[in-house]
Amino acid sequence: MHSRRPAKAGRYVHIPGAGYLLIVLLLVFAIFGEGFATLPNVLNIGVQGSVLLLLALPMTLIIMSEGLDLSMGAVLSLAGVVLATMLMNGHSLSVGLAAAAGVGLAFGVANGALVVTLGLPPFVATLGTLGIAQGLALVQTGGQSVVGIGDALPALYESRIAGVPFSIAIALAAFLVFWLTLSRTRVGSYVSALGGNREALSLAGVHVDLFHIGLYAAGGLMSGLAALLLTGRMSAGHPTAAIGLEFDAVAAVIVGGTSFEGGQGTLFGTLIGVLTIGVLRNGLNVLSVPSSLQVASIGVLVIAALIIDSTIAALGRPAGGRA
Amino acid sequence: MRTVAYRLVAVALIAAGLALTTEAFFTLPNILNILRQASLTFLIASGLTLTILTAGLDLSVGANVGLSACVAATVMKSSGSIAIGAATGLAFGAVVGMLNGLMVTVLKLPPFIATYGMLWTLNGLTYWFMAGETIHGFSPAFRTLGSGYWLGIPVPIYVMAAFLAAGSILTRYTTFGHEVYAIGANREAARLSGIPVRARLNLVYTLSGAMAGLAAIVYVARLNSAEADIGEALTLPAIAAVLIGGTSLFGGVGSLTGTLVGALTLTLVVNGMNLRAVDANWQPLVTGAIVLLAVWIDVVTRQRAEARV
Repeated sequence: MHSRRPAKAGRYVHIPGAGYLLIVLLLVFAIFGEGFATLPNVLNIGVQGSVLLLLALPMTLIIMSEGLDLSMGAVLSLAGVVLATMLMNGHSLSVGLAAAAGVGLAFGVANGALVVTLGLPPFVATLGTLGIAQGLALVQTGGQSVVGIGDALPALYESRIAGVPFSIAIALAAFLVFWLTLSRTRVGSYVSALGGNREALSLAGVHVDLFHIGLYAAGGLMSGLAALLLTGRMSAGHPTAAIGLEFDAVAAVIVGGTSFEGGQGTLFGTLIGVLTIGVLRNGLNVLSVPSSLQVASIGVLVIAALIIDSTIAALGRPAGGRA
Repeated sequence: MRTVAYRLVAVALIAAGLALTTEAFFTLPNILNILRQASLTFLIASGLTLTILTAGLDLSVGANVGLSACVAATVMKSSGSIAIGAATGLAFGAVVGMLNGLMVTVLKLPPFIATYGMLWTLNGLTYWFMAGETIHGFSPAFRTLGSGYWLGIPVPIYVMAAFLAAGSILTRYTTFGHEVYAIGANREAARLSGIPVRARLNLVYTLSGAMAGLAAIVYVARLNSAEADIGEALTLPAIAAVLIGGTSLFGGVGSLTGTLVGALTLTLVVNGMNLRAVDANWQPLVTGAIVLLAVWIDVVTRQRAEARV
């Protein structure tokens, strides 16, 4: 993949189109949605968005590298089934979580190997592993929910850390880890270079292929870890529980201003993207719009954000336009 | 053409294996059933083939079949007219395809993202539109299209044959067909040689949507019912059929004949699993593995071709 965009070292701060959308959505729902602007509901948005953020963080890096991971929702569902089954069979929470994380990591490494080592286009490679993960989850459960997972996980999920709901605390911790890794180490510039300047990265002595596989491995690992929150929330495992959640993650990343042409994107943008989608879904819930229409509205949201972004870009560069 | 011949040999081998190991395989009803099922997969995959030939992709075909089927069924019921219902389904599918085309050509979204967003948008709209209802019980005249026979052969096979012939003529012998291959092989060169790339891409995605609309009508006629999840499991098999058929994801290489052979291969595998009473839950896993294998072969073939140049 060649990018005609000149490599820019500095990351300038700009508000993605989602920032404006978020403010508009907040105003609309606060005015028209009864009970929207209350503390319990705001916390609810955070709780609902926490699983999504866990997926959207690695998805940001993968999309910045001109890749994609469509298998996240299916891998998360499979990891949730594994975790629930382990708990049901009397294993401890830590063993169950390790197994779920291991399953996620294995799929992530497989995705990375297919894309990087074998050179398959990411969207088809991860579409294939989506089918495999979904098939495994269905075969493992016979299509049924896994219930009777004991009290430990639901109790942990209901707990609070310094007054903050457990799932929000986990999501914030994950955000901090990703943000510190990106801002305090060279990982950030490596990821940008993967999209546009792979050769230079290799000349700089980076194990490019290994690093690239590592991005997909992180995506799988985070999908596996997210099973903790998903299974905790449902108090059960279900083979199709998170099918399609990768769409929300891709949408959050794009809405957050990360470009598919490689190299450009920020985790803060993704955080705003996740919040925008969370607010949209929650607000539509409050207005009792059925969840099926909420999915459709996310598609419209993505298009709106893209149009706003390209308009801002066009206004910002009056002469010449895009490179 | 030689690659299609190789693939036909593979189909024959799978068929021979199934014929030797299961008793129910080599019976006329089962063979006709396989051909009918493959015809339906081909109809969905044919429009998809065109988009992949341009180095694009249409991930929304299955979801488009779903919503077009529900819309067509609803209109057919309320108007009492087969023609009006079918025309509405076809037009609806085409409009969805046109929107995909506009996202690719005007908003400049990568095709897999644009059509992936369309997939989930359509899924949501379908569940909202149907609100848990199932529409069933259509007139016998309409059901003939999906489950009827003419001269002992299921009607969908004739539909498939007609569209295979028309599509092959379109892709091989018309200027439009040559332009589709040219855009897929090298978009920039195609543009410089005066091909109106954006207009052609719009038409290709519209055709893909229209074929999904057509497949939707045949599906409703076959199932004699329409509900929200009708298109859910159709996308992965359609993509698998195109790729097994030898159409390259990188564009410019492939054929509709190949896609038919691909659809046949996939249907044989699923039929074999059914005959051997394999749990249907294995099907996404097997289809996913087949997709990976087919893309891998595509990538290796391309790398070898480049090494020879």
